[in-house]
Amino acid sequence: MKVSFSLNGKPRKVKVAPMKRLLDTLREECGLTGTKEGCGEGECGACTVLLDGEAVNSCLVPSCQADGAKITTVEGLASSKKLSKIQRAFLACGAAQCGICTPGMVMAACALPKRPSLDPIREGLAGNLCRCTGYMKIYDAVEEALGK
Amino acid sequence: MPKRGAKPKAKPKAEQPRLRTVGKNVDRAEGVDKLTGQARYIDDLVFPDMLHGATLRSTVPRGRILEVTRDPAFDWSGFTVVDHRDIAEGGGRNVVAMIVDDQPLLAENEVRHQAEPILLIAHADRARLAEGLKHVTIRYQPSEAVLDFERAETVLKEIGIARGDLDAGFANAEIIVEGIYRTGAQEQLYLECNGMIAVPDADGERSGMTVYGSMQCPYYVQRALEGLLGLPRERVRVVQTTTGGGFGGKEEYPSVIAGHAALLARKAKKPVKLVYDRHEDLLATTKRHPSIIRHRTGLLRDGTIVASEIDLKLDGGAYVTLSPVVLSRACIHATGPYRCPNVRVRGRVMQTHTPPAGAFRGFGAPQSQFAAEAHMDRIAEALKIDPVELRRKNLLRTGDVTATGQTLKDSVTAEEVLDRALRRHEKALRKQKAPKPGVLRGRGVSLFFHGSGFTGGGEVKLASRAGLELTKKGVRLLVGSTEIGQGTRTMHAQIVAETLAIPYAWVETADPDTRRVPDSGPTVASRTCMVVGGILARAAEKLRAELGDYDSPERFRERARVRLKSGPVKVIEEYRRPTDVVWSDETYQGDAYGAYAWGCNVAEVEIDPVTYQARCTHLTAVIDIGKAIHPILVEGQIEGGSLQGIGWALYEEVVMRDGKMQNAQLTNYIIPTTLDTPRIDVEIVENPYPGGPFGAKGVGECPIDGPAAAVVNAIFAATGRRLDEIPATPERIMKVMAGPEVMERRPAKVSVQ
Ligand code: FES
Ligand code: FES
Repeated sequence: MKVSFSLNGKPRKVKVAPMKRLLDTLREECGLTGTKEGCGEGECGACTVLLDGEAVNSCLVPSCQADGAKITTVEGLASSKKLSKIQRAFLACGAAQCGICTPGMVMAACALPKRPSLDPIREGLAGNLCRCTGYMKIYDAVEEALGK
Repeated sequence: MPKRGAKPKAKPKAEQPRLRTVGKNVDRAEGVDKLTGQARYIDDLVFPDMLHGATLRSTVPRGRILEVTRDPAFDWSGFTVVDHRDIAEGGGRNVVAMIVDDQPLLAENEVRHQAEPILLIAHADRARLAEGLKHVTIRYQPSEAVLDFERAETVLKEIGIARGDLDAGFANAEIIVEGIYRTGAQEQLYLECNGMIAVPDADGERSGMTVYGSMQCPYYVQRALEGLLGLPRERVRVVQTTTGGGFGGKEEYPSVIAGHAALLARKAKKPVKLVYDRHEDLLATTKRHPSIIRHRTGLLRDGTIVASEIDLKLDGGAYVTLSPVVLSRACIHATGPYRCPNVRVRGRVMQTHTPPAGAFRGFGAPQSQFAAEAHMDRIAEALKIDPVELRRKNLLRTGDVTATGQTLKDSVTAEEVLDRALRRHEKALRKQKAPKPGVLRGRGVSLFFHGSGFTGGGEVKLASRAGLELTKKGVRLLVGSTEIGQGTRTMHAQIVAETLAIPYAWVETADPDTRRVPDSGPTVASRTCMVVGGILARAAEKLRAELGDYDSPERFRERARVRLKSGPVKVIEEYRRPTDVVWSDETYQGDAYGAYAWGCNVAEVEIDPVTYQARCTHLTAVIDIGKAIHPILVEGQIEGGSLQGIGWALYEEVVMRDGKMQNAQLTNYIIPTTLDTPRIDVEIVENPYPGGPFGAKGVGECPIDGPAAAVVNAIFAATGRRLDEIPATPERIMKVMAGPEVMERRPAKVSVQ
């Protein structure tokens, strides 16, 4: 089926099987491999993208569901080589180590409310696993980017 | 709320030169690529004409393979199929080259564990692979499998350490305390699964092979492929791609999956991508060795340890892999950081019909120090003395001698990290609110150490090489150590920039490609900073001398440009053994490691009396690593390693049935999420080791040695019940707190002489 959506601000049309995972559509059809797969079953959050402003696990979203939606992936955050505030804070605070959870983590952080205290940060990121950092530096980065 | 990650406390030293780059939190070298999604991991790469591979695995733990049949009715066109016969036909040997050549890359006539690879298929359409696998049937004649390592009889490796006179020691003891401790398997759970792409050289099948992939040790993979493909070394090229975590899980296993991809690629004459999904990765790849460790300790009434007998068994699984080395580290660290004149450690790796265990951060030391530190608290209970004072009485100090007979000379800080951790923890929790009614709370301590680099003569045998080449901009590092998230590139560049007195931004790193960089030894064993960083520092000094004295970075550049006119300038240095390190593999006596990192954890744990769920609510980690080249990276190592330790202590359980992992998915193999993670409060201690670059020792592994014991000791403090087995799941806690065993609960087996 034909699916059209706005991807990082640009209109995009793809022809895919309706049940193809949005994750695969993004990676294979749209060539955006920034979105990662860590489990394929909705547990790790490495595949997190924003669908109409909401953080979702793209491994659980069938492509047909993205029809007409607004999708933002990690590739859509930086503008002409300038890192977004959250990306910059992740870099400065050491919140990315191996980096495989990072795109999903950054997208989940984008969906957090402004000036979150620690509890909402922890709740908001609870669906995103990181095996490297122990999460402390990720909290630092989110606090730095979104304000305490 | 106390600020996380306090500034490292450097010891004021008289004439410490002012450092410009080392000790600073520069931006991670490959950070922007990772933040923007531009970094290319193996699954992000596509080659023209590429096929996808899949692996058919055994479904019995042990048996003879009677027949492998491919369904003749199935359409096999477009499939490439490989089995063990292709290896011999290609002139190679069917072994995974490691310490002992006992593991076939593809099973021949027998299988020795579940999920053992037997047959490989590849197809251009990934979706067709599952179908293909379904149309192959294997008939087995199963035989009896040994699945319980405590009952296993075959010993894969045995190590003994003995010092002093054990019998005399026990004869002098006023009290003897015994305990038995068990730890379970643990999955590394790098978030990027294992994966490789093999690309045959365009001109015919004998000409060579390039393998790209997620790995820690490109040169291990190269060595493995050489024998497997029957190719001379120079025709096997291995390139590490951006790697999404390793933790030991990508030390030896990549040789297997790289071999499989290469066999398929050679036969198909096309690039083949073999990337595991999470389920397959969990089922088939190595895990931390389960252990059972018995301690028998003789003491004086004042708490002085006079005799220590330790028997340690690890479950090695079906093949040897790296078990001998894991056992070695487990044994050397088995006493914990304590003095004892009379010691005997006996360690064995048992063979079972389960998937082979392998490298995992800490490499045996977390198991043996979990036991040692849980046992210390049992001793304290038996002697009715404060666990901290018991530790203080026995801990290793400068000039003390370890179980291997090593006299500790430099940077020995067990007492300092203990004191700092206690103070820091107390201060952070001074205003802690009382727990909710009914909730039990306790505090536990663990003290630990971790040798940096390969054991004994290991570094000499490795003879690692690393170096630099001049570029127009500055220098390029030529180093085989891999960046797997820990910050290798950044930290190495800092060491070199500092030594050359040039800006960090002028230093770049060549991609880890066996064609471009020398063999710097594996990226394991907390050696990348201390050992390889040291080689790089030496190379930088040599380059600096070669360029003649320059007083500014600009002058460096001018000289470099002049030199470059007459051709490339490269400096490669090799590991040099510090002259005072002596070791014997025969007696297991000598200087096991040039330097040790020292650590102390204090854990606050709460237990819900209804659900029996234990939660760690605050963990203090104070670690002496000599010198933090990049404090934020170091804190990241400590926080991440600590959390893996907490996961192992409380949540992560590999459930096996019939030799097969039953919970091979992230829904039920649980690693800590943000909600399970306590505040991890880190303090870095810097007592420089003269043999390391700028005083640095190893950091990667030490942090995972301590949390499990601190957590279990805190559970004891909260409940008054000892738990001698991890993970401390609600089931296990309930068993010791409320189960029928409570009545017959055996207190510490104590005999008074
Ligand atoms: S890959 Fe989607 S949640 Fe793990
Ligand atoms: S940085 Fe490696 S998993 Fe998060």
